[in-house]
Amino acid sequence: MKHNDPKLLLQSAPLLRQELTTPGAMKEVWLALLPTTLASLWFFGLSALLLIVVSIAGAVLTEWLFTDKDKRRMAIGDSSAGLTGLLLALTLPPGLPLWMAFLGAVVSIGLGKVIWGGLGANIFNPALLGRAFLLGTFPIAMTTWGSPSGLGDFFHLQSSNLAWPFMHGQIDALSAATPLGLMKFQQQTTAISSLFIGNTAGSLGETSAFLLLLGGMYLLIRRSIDWRIPTAIFLTAAIFSLAMFINDADKYPSPIVTLFSGGLLLGAFFMATDPVTSPLTPKGCWIFGIGVGFLVVLIRLFGGLPEGMLYAVLLMNAATPLIDRYTQPRIFGRK
Amino acid sequence: MATDASAYEEMLKGLWRENPTFVQVLGMCPMLAVTNSATNALVMGLATLFVLVGSSLLVSSFKRWIPKQVRISLYIIIIATFVTVVDYSLLALVPAIHKELGAFIPLIVANCMILGRQEAFASKHSIKYAVMDAIGMSLGFLIALLALGSVREILGSGSLFNVDLFGANFEPWVIMILPPGGFLTLGLLLLFFNWFTERRKQFLLKVAQADQSVAIVGVKDNG
Repeated sequence: MKHNDPKLLLQSAPLLRQELTTPGAMKEVWLALLPTTLASLWFFGLSALLLIVVSIAGAVLTEWLFTDKDKRRMAIGDSSAGLTGLLLALTLPPGLPLWMAFLGAVVSIGLGKVIWGGLGANIFNPALLGRAFLLGTFPIAMTTWGSPSGLGDFFHLQSSNLAWPFMHGQIDALSAATPLGLMKFQQQTTAISSLFIGNTAGSLGETSAFLLLLGGMYLLIRRSIDWRIPTAIFLTAAIFSLAMFINDADKYPSPIVTLFSGGLLLGAFFMATDPVTSPLTPKGCWIFGIGVGFLVVLIRLFGGLPEGMLYAVLLMNAATPLIDRYTQPRIFGRK
Repeated sequence: MATDASAYEEMLKGLWRENPTFVQVLGMCPMLAVTNSATNALVMGLATLFVLVGSSLLVSSFKRWIPKQVRISLYIIIIATFVTVVDYSLLALVPAIHKELGAFIPLIVANCMILGRQEAFASKHSIKYAVMDAIGMSLGFLIALLALGSVREILGSGSLFNVDLFGANFEPWVIMILPPGGFLTLGLLLLFFNWFTERRKQFLLKVAQADQSVAIVGVKDNG
């Protein structure tokens, strides 16, 4: 019998090390978003592809333009600007004119990131800031939703995509309401199975709950995101909407519909967990998540808008420095 | 009354170097509130010009008799007099715009840029300088109002001074005629202004250094 000599390893724990780098962390998120991105191509065809490409291009171009010459290679290389572009594109309706997507990406990076001092210095999630700007600037275009067409119709391009810069898009006859819009304005519920698969109208990346959960689970298992934030969001939103559902089941959606519809999953996994704009302390993460979950249901059920994830996350982003200050752990030994 | 170079200087400083909006950041209330169209901005700018020049003239003439303890209230009364004149004149001449500007015409009284000029300048200088300073400051204010109003009207309504620029298919940027658009545009203009000033300063510094090194080289050559 042959034995390998045991080697003596003179090293203290931890023995396995992996450096956490910005490009590495970004790569994880890209990977986690892949299923959702592919699904958006499946459901919305060429329109989705063009929106994603234009949005990423706008974001990267802006980052390149406003970064110091000798920091450019690093700033573009960590792919965070491209990721912001992709996240923004996933929150846009498929029929949006491409120039608006480009403008949104420029605002995301320009006003959402570089103006604060680049990566790590911004207060608000850049992608959501860009979407908030677009929603305030082009409220009609941002709330006109095309219905999903499926892969058979991949090359069907929604004509409003190709509007000239600064001009209206020709709105397709095939516009549809999102599950949340149906709920709010027509009191119709959408079947949970189609929410789960994603066969509904909506923004590019928000329709398929299953694939979002898949991506989110991947990030959680890889520990790329803090598990407390999505958990707190889901629990709070579920409890709040369950209370309302029990109160009046005809008027308010069930907790499952609340969780699986609109941008809640996309926002909870990919936007609220942005390490730059969420609290640093574990306790702070709970408070942050509870705040987002509460606000999103509050805006959806009692506000004027059918969807509240955007403003819920942005509002809690604004509260993050305060949360961080009040949840600092006590320094050991100090009274 | 011959205007000499220094009186011109007092006027020019308000346009750029001490611009009330871009450098002093005063009078933000009308700047943000009434600049949703270029016309409104122009009327507000002209109204402010009249009030500021009039009150600087009066304050500068009466400065000897104004007791120090009650000077602010006296300045306010003088400003309010001119504002009332403007208010009724606009109501008579351009009632539509007067209606649009609404409360912001009477609120010129509270414009800290105007009160600031009385306290900081008109009460300490002769009539000639006070008037030149007032003209410069209010022209600087007018320029800023017009810049903001033009940007917001072009993007927010696709027109300038109510002249359509882009045709019927233009998609208006709704946010631009709403309050957030005012803040955004003002912030971006301030950014641009500071960037430009900084660039110019560095350029001048470089020129000065180049001159100096040329001078040193020259000395060496002579030596």
